[in-house]
Amino acid sequence: MMHYFISLLILIAASSFALAEAPDAYFDARQRMVSEIVDDVVETASQLGRERLNPRVLDAMKSVKRHEFVPPENRKRAYKNRPLPIGHGQTISQPYMVAIMTDLLDLDPGDKVLEVGAGSGYQAAILAELVDRVYSIEIIAPLGKEAAQRLKRLNYDNVDVRIGDGYYGWKEQAPFDAIIVTAAGSHIPPPLIKQLKPGGRMVVPVGSRFMTQELLLVEKNDAGDITTRQLLPVIFVPLTGSH
Amino acid sequence: MKHHQHLLFVSIALLSLAALGYEILLMRLFSIIQWHHFAYMIISLALLGYGASGAVITIFQKQLKSHFAVSYTAGIALFGISAIGSFLLVQQLPFNAEEVLWDWRQPGWLLLMYLLLAIPFVFAAGAIALALSHYSDIIGKIYAYDLIGAGLGGVCIILLLFVFMPFEVLAWIGLFALLATLLAAMALHSTAAWRVTLLSIPPAIAMIWLALHSTAVISPYKELSQTLRIPGTEIVARRSSPLGLLDIVESRQTPFRHAPGLSLKADGEPPPQVGIFTDGGNMSVITRDGGNAEAFAYLDQITSALPYHLRKLQQVLILGAGGGADVQQARYHQIPQITAVELNPQIVKLLRGDYAKFSGHLYQQSDVDVHINEARGFISDSSQQYDLIQVALMDAFGASTAGLYALNESYLYTLEAFKTYLQHLQPSGYLSVSRWIKLPPRDTLKLMATAISVLKESGVDHPAQQLVLIRGWQTSTLLVKNGAFTSSEIDTVKAFCKTLGFDVAWYPGMQATEANRFNQLRQPWFYRSAVALLGDETQQFMDDYKFDLRPSTDDRPYFFHFFKWIILPEILSLQGKGGMPLLEQGYLISVSTLLQALFASLLLIILPLLFLNRGGLRTQQTIRRSSVLIYFFAIGLAFLFIEIAFIQKMSLLLHHPLYSAATVMTGFLIFAGLGSLYSQRLVEQDHAHQGVVIAVGGIAVLSIAYLLFFKSLPDTLLSLPLAVKMLFVIIMIAPLAFMMGMPFPLALSHLGQHAQQLIPWAWGINGCASVISAILATLLAIHGGFSMVVTLAVLLYLLAALSFPLATSGKNR
Repeated sequence: MMHYFISLLILIAASSFALAEAPDAYFDARQRMVSEIVDDVVETASQLGRERLNPRVLDAMKSVKRHEFVPPENRKRAYKNRPLPIGHGQTISQPYMVAIMTDLLDLDPGDKVLEVGAGSGYQAAILAELVDRVYSIEIIAPLGKEAAQRLKRLNYDNVDVRIGDGYYGWKEQAPFDAIIVTAAGSHIPPPLIKQLKPGGRMVVPVGSRFMTQELLLVEKNDAGDITTRQLLPVIFVPLTGSH
Repeated sequence: MKHHQHLLFVSIALLSLAALGYEILLMRLFSIIQWHHFAYMIISLALLGYGASGAVITIFQKQLKSHFAVSYTAGIALFGISAIGSFLLVQQLPFNAEEVLWDWRQPGWLLLMYLLLAIPFVFAAGAIALALSHYSDIIGKIYAYDLIGAGLGGVCIILLLFVFMPFEVLAWIGLFALLATLLAAMALHSTAAWRVTLLSIPPAIAMIWLALHSTAVISPYKELSQTLRIPGTEIVARRSSPLGLLDIVESRQTPFRHAPGLSLKADGEPPPQVGIFTDGGNMSVITRDGGNAEAFAYLDQITSALPYHLRKLQQVLILGAGGGADVQQARYHQIPQITAVELNPQIVKLLRGDYAKFSGHLYQQSDVDVHINEARGFISDSSQQYDLIQVALMDAFGASTAGLYALNESYLYTLEAFKTYLQHLQPSGYLSVSRWIKLPPRDTLKLMATAISVLKESGVDHPAQQLVLIRGWQTSTLLVKNGAFTSSEIDTVKAFCKTLGFDVAWYPGMQATEANRFNQLRQPWFYRSAVALLGDETQQFMDDYKFDLRPSTDDRPYFFHFFKWIILPEILSLQGKGGMPLLEQGYLISVSTLLQALFASLLLIILPLLFLNRGGLRTQQTIRRSSVLIYFFAIGLAFLFIEIAFIQKMSLLLHHPLYSAATVMTGFLIFAGLGSLYSQRLVEQDHAHQGVVIAVGGIAVLSIAYLLFFKSLPDTLLSLPLAVKMLFVIIMIAPLAFMMGMPFPLALSHLGQHAQQLIPWAWGINGCASVISAILATLLAIHGGFSMVVTLAVLLYLLAALSFPLATSGKNR
């Protein structure tokens, strides 16, 4: 019996040690991932119309533990600069895209942000590092529940996750300073545009789950007029040198 | 044996029927569970099983031939069992097409898929090769039944797919194989063959049962799988046809809100909709019409609504009506005479049947005239002129932007098509073509280049005066007017765009400052490109542009092909930095399939040679192997070059790719079968070589004659009834196919007389060449058109005639 008890103690001690050590185990990988993003973004700067990403966004990318947001079988690949499957036919976006999209929102600490499509909760966690309040809607119930639990466990108390249809936004909390729609539908829902504050920004990635073709940035000016910017997240000019 | 020979022939025909049917069915099944382009790759490579069968038999020739009855019967039985088993296994593999470029494990799964699916083809082709080699004195007859069976297989599967679900058709394949096994055992009269047959019955029946009780494991990333995860969404009906598997989906809790290209200034949302998915993707919708016209106001807030604002239109033609959105758009504008053309009868049936009430009897309204037809075919036959011809946005966004349609022929957007559309416009009428926006711009610019080219050809001095291009963030609409745009029309265009937040990209007299206002791109690409295309240096601009903008033609109908090799290194260097979506995947998949097929073929052709050089197999040869290789490779390539070119050419005449494929394929295989049967007589008279020379001469003359004839298909022919046209096509094909059926059995019989052990090797070479041919034909047509493909085929036949593997008296080489 005593023998059993001691083994159990050792096991508990070992696992708590492992828990304490876990973040460090991925620390370097995370830093490497961010420096990779920084390098890639330098090349894309002219397309995005900005010299470099906001250091706050990069800090957020450095501190959010992406490995916590992917299924166990994909943990080893969590810090690869690529999208990964998270089950339910959904993916966690490529870190490079997450960084660019977040940066495009031009967030201030006091902002209120709406996310449509919580997925794993990773994007919400990044946003939560940068602003006061994040509201996230997920239509696939099991995914939404997992994301909510995960964010709670990781102490992202400033994120509210709701299971439901994102088309109508989150009326009770509207208007928002920024909105991020993680998967484009056949059109941008008019209710979401309404829930954007004057001066607010909305980002929508366009393309398939594993490949973002372009980023759509919707801007509402102070007069309430809407314009969009369609950004290629890549340095590419359609004409060869002579033009 | 003699009196049972007919049973043997029927068993061969039935086996070929099942094998070809299986090939077509696999294409359907993979299009459902994966995507069309990967289906193409997987099946092409699995068909190398034909080549592999030749290699296997060459290597194990002695053993297999001494137990012919057992190996032949077992081959057929195992084909049936593995045809079902392999597919059921393959669809369980965790292959994710979307991750191929991200994950090194995916190509491994892909390879495993080819290998598993090649197994049934190895068995089927192996059984036929054994029969050819065993009965080397009646090769002409055996090959004839092989071809005729395959010819019937194509039609048979297409008919079955109209009646049964794909998995039920898979069970039919198993059943055909089982029947062929029984016939083989009866024909061969051998106890051992009967033993094999009896042994194979329980697993065959088990597989058939499994096929009947299995469901498709659809990729979780396909549109249908994604939709079904939304609460309250369910499939309410399913319809099968060779054109695609339709799933009708209702969502009671979270409505579909399909309104592609909707203005950001729109405030409404679409009424309730029902989703129609084709092969688990390519969603279109039927929208509820509760009698309130204002519910369709959203259809007036998309780019394609522009022509309705320019003036009051009377007759509108909608090409690709689908679920009816464009028809509703026209009705919203109270057009008195709407003609709608839709290719898929099942969709029209849904709107006239189960969803008639839901859609407000849209396709039964007195102002709507619906035709089930292919768009080009309909308009060529029509003598009417329209105020507006609207080419609807038919393909899905995702597949379009990923360049997956690169290999799909489309006769909707060719130079000839535009010419026909313009001829059917009333004076001052409009042609309106909407496309998805791709960045950097591609299809929209190719459309514009096509329109400019056609206008110039028809003698218009200032094409710029007759074009308007507008765009939202998601769609663009190009208007081509039969006449110059007036200033009041231009004012309307500007007002329409301003109200809805769309951008003008071109109108006559447009200033650069007006471009790129609402949906801003880094550069005003659309406007600048329009100016360049309309300017004096069009060619220079197209050369410098990193995507292929050359207008497509009926001979080179690849509108969706944009890839230029020159940008490949640049894109590859941007991997991981957001560059991969710039890859036009369809074309590269085809190139990669070709490379893999070439590599595998090389192995499958060389490997048996090592064994042929060993031991007893060497002694009797009196035939130069290089001649065998060149001859059988050349005719393998050439046969399919011509067949594929005919399928493409005839789809314009028969107005439907499916009718064309079925008619041409069946015609070619059956008449080639008859040619093979006739060749038997030539062999018996010892005229094999002369026969080949005459056949090749005939093929060359007829092919060239047809090629010239295709260049200008008379309109009178186009407007004949379908059945008459099908008959016409078959009559045209008959003499050509008859002669094309001769070179293979003639040379094989010659081998049978002088170097029998080379028969399976030659069969394998021909199998490999056929696979390569199918892939290469499309790639060649993309660049040089189908005329070039046919010309090459003729040259290949001439090469074959020159390298006929004649027996020599000298020592083997």
